[in-house]
Amino acid sequence: MNNIENLYRQVIMDHYKNPRNKGLKGYPHIHLKNPSCGDDITIEANIENGVIKEVRHNGQGCSICCSSASVLTEVLSGKTVDEAKDIINKYFSMMKGEKIEDEEELEEALVYEGVSKFPARIKCATISWKALEKLLNGEHDE
Amino acid sequence: MFDVKKIREMFPIYQNHPDLVYLDTGATSLKPKCVLDKMNEYYEKYGVNIHRGVYRLSYEATEAYDEAREKVSKFLNASFSEIVFKRNVSEALNFIALTYGEKYLKEGDVVITSELEHHSSVLPWMKLCERKKATLRYVKLNEEGRITIDAFKQALDENVKVVALTYVSNVMGYVTPIEEIIKLSHEVGAKVIVDAAQAVAHFKIDVKKLDCDFLAFSSHKMMGPTGVGVLYGKKEILEKLEPLEYGGDMNDEVCLDCVTVKDIPFRFETGTPAIAEVIGLGEAIDFIESLGFDNINEHCHTLHQYALDKLKDIKGIEIYNKTSELAILAFNIKGVHPHDASTIFDEANICLRAGHHCAQLITKWLGVVGTLRGSFYIYNDYNDVDKFVERVKECIEFFSQFEGENNE
Repeated sequence: MNNIENLYRQVIMDHYKNPRNKGLKGYPHIHLKNPSCGDDITIEANIENGVIKEVRHNGQGCSICCSSASVLTEVLSGKTVDEAKDIINKYFSMMKGEKIEDEEELEEALVYEGVSKFPARIKCATISWKALEKLLNGEHDE
Repeated sequence: MFDVKKIREMFPIYQNHPDLVYLDTGATSLKPKCVLDKMNEYYEKYGVNIHRGVYRLSYEATEAYDEAREKVSKFLNASFSEIVFKRNVSEALNFIALTYGEKYLKEGDVVITSELEHHSSVLPWMKLCERKKATLRYVKLNEEGRITIDAFKQALDENVKVVALTYVSNVMGYVTPIEEIIKLSHEVGAKVIVDAAQAVAHFKIDVKKLDCDFLAFSSHKMMGPTGVGVLYGKKEILEKLEPLEYGGDMNDEVCLDCVTVKDIPFRFETGTPAIAEVIGLGEAIDFIESLGFDNINEHCHTLHQYALDKLKDIKGIEIYNKTSELAILAFNIKGVHPHDASTIFDEANICLRAGHHCAQLITKWLGVVGTLRGSFYIYNDYNDVDKFVERVKECIEFFSQFEGENNE
């Protein structure tokens, strides 16, 4: 069960059971779904003068999906848009199992390192991060 | 019971994955070597187009293709002209809605379906009803989630023109009392479309005995290749339908502003079909008949009962279909999202389906976000069930370590 234990770390399950920054406040948002598994996540962000003041999430799904949304809100709140884009790219590289420089910038999101061993779960771990990436690129849902 | 060791020797995937515990036949069955060989034989010995060339090889390919259609028609107790090849059941069922439904359904008419349906059985009719201002009516399922004759009678009236129901639910494994439903439907003049995708690998289907108007199944769920769906339609109904698609091979004579079309079934098949796959399906029919449906059923039933028995005292599992006729287990590990559980099984090489199984209506009816599904077939044995049950226990134990402080 080594790979499994590496995937389902205590931190992840804690964020799953006790999500941080959950519930929306009405900032610009992106809603993404994975219809094949039912993951359904909305990410909203309050971005002022190139700085992410607040990120929040809502939705449902598996533990990897929901917890990674919660972790994302903690890691990326307070970052500049450019810093956040850089961290998001690092996160995506980590999903592919690539070696990344300055991995400590990922902070708590580093616990998702184990996901790269489970290709079927990468979608779960990245759905909220993709939503935020869209927001940072100026897209948002009506 | 089959000698599974011998059966597995016929399925090459086990040579590449000796530890495979394949419990996802509900999604697609594994393929025996004889089917793969038959397709290769086409490509290697007479791999040319059908119905076109006047040379000998093309004649040979056409013969083999037609012979496969003949086999399918005998398999269902239909006639040659009543068998139309499509890509899969989804395409076949859409075809019926877009030809028969488009032609006959009118405003105010009713189409009966159920929450047990696969999306491909309900959505074509949902969209057609929207366009035609007809009503889509759902049979009320009983407390187990079954379609019953009583509930069907409640839903049936003179306005019902089409009944689109599954023969066997792909999530619950329940067998619909379809023969009686067909009789009742015909009394009010409604046509019945049977989705036999899950049924076809498990019992003999006789369309004459059923008296269904349309029926569809997929080759790949009965050990044949992917890419072929079979549509059966009664001759007198098919003859009145126009082609949905026009193009090569389906026409008779073409002039500047007119086209006449071929007889059924050819007018419904345009373009080069999946020749190798259709021929492979013919071989799969021979294979399944050589095993015998009685033996298949006995094998699956024995494993199913063995699994239910081993699971009955495990508290952390919730099984939704304990009375299922087919060897399908729809279940969840309590408190664990099906995708999280699925990964645990995957790590032990146990292939399960997780999610809504293209049947969101029954998932919603059950009131869950999704389920896990284990489906058993001829290449599964007691050892597979033991490994599965062991993993159920490990899964429960693994996730129990995270129980506790939960503010959700």
